[in-house]
Amino acid sequence: MHGYLWFIAKRALQMLAVIFCAISATFLVTHLSPIDPVEQVLGRLSSRANLSPEAIASTRAALSDLFGTGAPLHEQYVNFWLRLVRGDFGPSLMAFPTPAMDIVARAMPWTLGLLVSATLITFVIGNLLGALAGYNQNNRFFKLFGIIAMGIQPIPYYVVAFILLIIFGFLWPVLPISGGFAMDVTPGYNWPFISSVLQHAILPTLSVVIVGFGGWFIGMRALVSNVVNDDYVTYAELAGVDKSTIVGGYVIRNAMVPQLTALALALGGVFSGTVITEQVFNYPGLGSLLIDAVNYGDYSLVLAVSTVSITAVAVAIFTVDLLHPLLDPRVKAE
Amino acid sequence: MFAVFRDLVRYNAEFTIGLVLVVIIVAFSAASFFSPVDPSLIYMTIPDQPPSAQYWFGTNSRGQDMFWHLAAAFKNSLIFGLTVAVLSRIISIAVGLTSGYLGGWVDRVLMFINDIFVSVPIFPILVLFYFVLRNNMDSFTLALIMAGFGWPFDARLIRSVAVGLKHREFTRHAVFAGMSTPKVLLEEHLPYVMPIVFATFMNNMLWSIGLEVTLAVLGFTNINQPTIGTVLYWANSHSAMVVGTWWWIVIPVILIVMTFLGLFLLAVSMNEYIDPRSRLRRMGA
Amino acid sequence: MTEDLLKVEGLKAYYQMNYFGVEREVRAVDDITMTIRKNEIYGIAGESSSGKTSFIKVLAAAIRPPMRIVAGSVKYDFKNGPIDVATATPAQIEAVRWRHLSYIMQGSMSVLNPVRRIGRTFEDFARRPLGLSGEAYRARVLNHLERLKLPADVLNAYPHELSGGMRQRVTIGLATVCHPEFVIADEPTTALDVVVQKEVLGLIREIQQDMGSSVVFVTHDMTVHANMADRVGIIYAGRLVEEGPTRQMFFAPKHPYTAHLVASLPRIGDTAQRPALEGRPPSLASPPSGCRFHPRCPLAIDKCKTDVPPLIQVANDHRSACWRWQDVEPLVVPQRHEVMA
Repeated sequence: MHGYLWFIAKRALQMLAVIFCAISATFLVTHLSPIDPVEQVLGRLSSRANLSPEAIASTRAALSDLFGTGAPLHEQYVNFWLRLVRGDFGPSLMAFPTPAMDIVARAMPWTLGLLVSATLITFVIGNLLGALAGYNQNNRFFKLFGIIAMGIQPIPYYVVAFILLIIFGFLWPVLPISGGFAMDVTPGYNWPFISSVLQHAILPTLSVVIVGFGGWFIGMRALVSNVVNDDYVTYAELAGVDKSTIVGGYVIRNAMVPQLTALALALGGVFSGTVITEQVFNYPGLGSLLIDAVNYGDYSLVLAVSTVSITAVAVAIFTVDLLHPLLDPRVKAE
Repeated sequence: MFAVFRDLVRYNAEFTIGLVLVVIIVAFSAASFFSPVDPSLIYMTIPDQPPSAQYWFGTNSRGQDMFWHLAAAFKNSLIFGLTVAVLSRIISIAVGLTSGYLGGWVDRVLMFINDIFVSVPIFPILVLFYFVLRNNMDSFTLALIMAGFGWPFDARLIRSVAVGLKHREFTRHAVFAGMSTPKVLLEEHLPYVMPIVFATFMNNMLWSIGLEVTLAVLGFTNINQPTIGTVLYWANSHSAMVVGTWWWIVIPVILIVMTFLGLFLLAVSMNEYIDPRSRLRRMGA
Repeated sequence: MTEDLLKVEGLKAYYQMNYFGVEREVRAVDDITMTIRKNEIYGIAGESSSGKTSFIKVLAAAIRPPMRIVAGSVKYDFKNGPIDVATATPAQIEAVRWRHLSYIMQGSMSVLNPVRRIGRTFEDFARRPLGLSGEAYRARVLNHLERLKLPADVLNAYPHELSGGMRQRVTIGLATVCHPEFVIADEPTTALDVVVQKEVLGLIREIQQDMGSSVVFVTHDMTVHANMADRVGIIYAGRLVEEGPTRQMFFAPKHPYTAHLVASLPRIGDTAQRPALEGRPPSLASPPSGCRFHPRCPLAIDKCKTDVPPLIQVANDHRSACWRWQDVEPLVVPQRHEVMA
């Protein structure tokens, strides 16, 4: 048990370090800017009519804390963090004066839903088929699968999403290709809304699944074809242990250990992928938000999305790592 | 080295296919050196011409001959990928060998940093860079930033090999003979990790070109420089698929898939060649 | 005369490999004929890569590609009927596995599933062949563990939590819990320290006597053979070159290779230089002509280079494959107390 606590402590420290370093990096990056964001934003704001002076003043305060003007760098840095831990990124420029954090909070469930379901589906299907392919190496069906997976795996997210868009948008228009739900349903816990959400989620999810599938499939197949040659598998086979027990309890169970680590590492990449997917399918998540914010020059919103996504990915990685000892009893002993 | 190459071509179909694909793409991009037109100029030919004897890949809505335009785009993207791969290889070799050889707290600190870099989602960071630098973001800056994030996986891989090398007889001989640490690493250990460096080189190129495509498609790079991504960006912004100029999308996508598949097959087959366990399996097959 | 449990006849098993276009054939087991009796411990000795492990893998019906049986038969006479594992179908082999024919694989660290508790592994291995349910099964396993001097709570442990000796006893337990008639053990004590080794060997012997089964075990360590085996067979370059009762093999070897192996036994207070055997074991891909030992044999004559010596009866229950078996002298006479058998 002591080993497990130590393991958790180390991982937690690592997670905090990741969050700290990445967010500090965002602070530094925004300070590289040759232009003064505060005045630029305020200039743009005042070019629009009828804004209350209070709203402009609060924007100025938030922006100068986040991006700093005048104050010494270390003071700016402290103010930056103070704002951040309160989740206060100031008002968004795009939807002035709604706080940027509120907009992020609204987009968050969409991305989370897409990310979690797509990641889980990919992980389960890819690993299961990969394991079977690794175990039945001479099976033609799985060989064909392997070739397909190999062909798809290296294609960028964007291209796959785009091909899906072409197929289901123009060639065979059976699925909705844009938005998170249909215009004619009322959001809430009612069946038309839920079914509309599910339908709209199919293509975005599918594009993430297709790209991710190959990696898990190929990785798992390689792992399994190594594990299959391990002594304990050979021995269990010699002892006439049940086939299903061998595949599940011996082969997959052991090959899963490195795959779990890989899952933690892949999460950052999966997030990048969903950004593209959301953009292509106009999905109302964090990715679309990030891209709109960049195009609009909405500093608060860009910072809010980056910070939240960096933190979310780090927390997700940490969570996956916590599962590690459940799969591998040896972790506790270290 | 040559014999290895010959063996791979002869007995490894994946390697051969990958090699053929990559050679085609490289030859195609090399053609851009003989381009009769400047690929960055627009409205040089009749727009929206389908592929024909005169315009092999057609022309786009911006009046560019797609053949020469794509050749330049692939050249730029390949150079970009090479730059990122070379730069990030240098970092990963330096970190991996040092960490593995020195061990102790140096190792722990380097690997801690390594793990941080592995788990930072790079996409928001790149977008942030673009957001701040805007038009000052040229492809070399982008390559530098990506190289700064593209090393940790491979550094860990190299480290694991270096840890093993440290206890080998020849290392001890070198140390007793008074060789300095950098010299031991460069002259004795570097040759051992070169196969890994080559295999990961391809993977790294895939990764960086893929990310560049992603950024460019969203318009987050210098869209006036022809690259694989910006070709798609312009095709998109002119709704190529909707107005029927399908060759503007389909031909680049085919070429992209060829590039990625080629690089990927090379990486996979080299990996397999390096990994002794898969060699054993080959014997068993 | 006791009954035979296993009859091996003219057995040939080769590795056939193809690596990057190069065809290779390795004759790991090349024409071996032998029998193993009921209720005996038979030791197989030989250098590494002499084919001894390949041979017992064939006996255990544990071979997989690239190795395959080229000729010969491996006939067992089990209580549930005779079976030739060289030609039997997988289903037929399945029927005798563990209940009648069991195998202790080399390397106790790697043969246990690292992510499974020992208890689960026991269930996987023994539940079905034992055909017992619930309490009866549990009682049987606990009883067996006790016999192996293992505490009942090893069932709740993971392999990495056990010491090397305990792990080895667990694997022996796994292989013997069904009281099989025939147990094959591959280097059962190699990775263990001397004290634990002795304990484990004692255990194997005890269990063998309890169950009345036959045990075939392989090790390159002649001391272990001296202490354990009723009979010893020597394998050199894929062939059985000599076999006989342990005492005779140690005191009056009839093959120069056996004489050399016996002479290489270390003993207390012995400071004499022993003659080292020159050369290396031959490659099984291209073995020497004639007697395969002739390039290293001190007694070799011209005939040895061309003619393969047959395995012939040289004394009661003692066979040797050497043209000059009558001229073989023990290089060093072992002291009495060293050979118990």
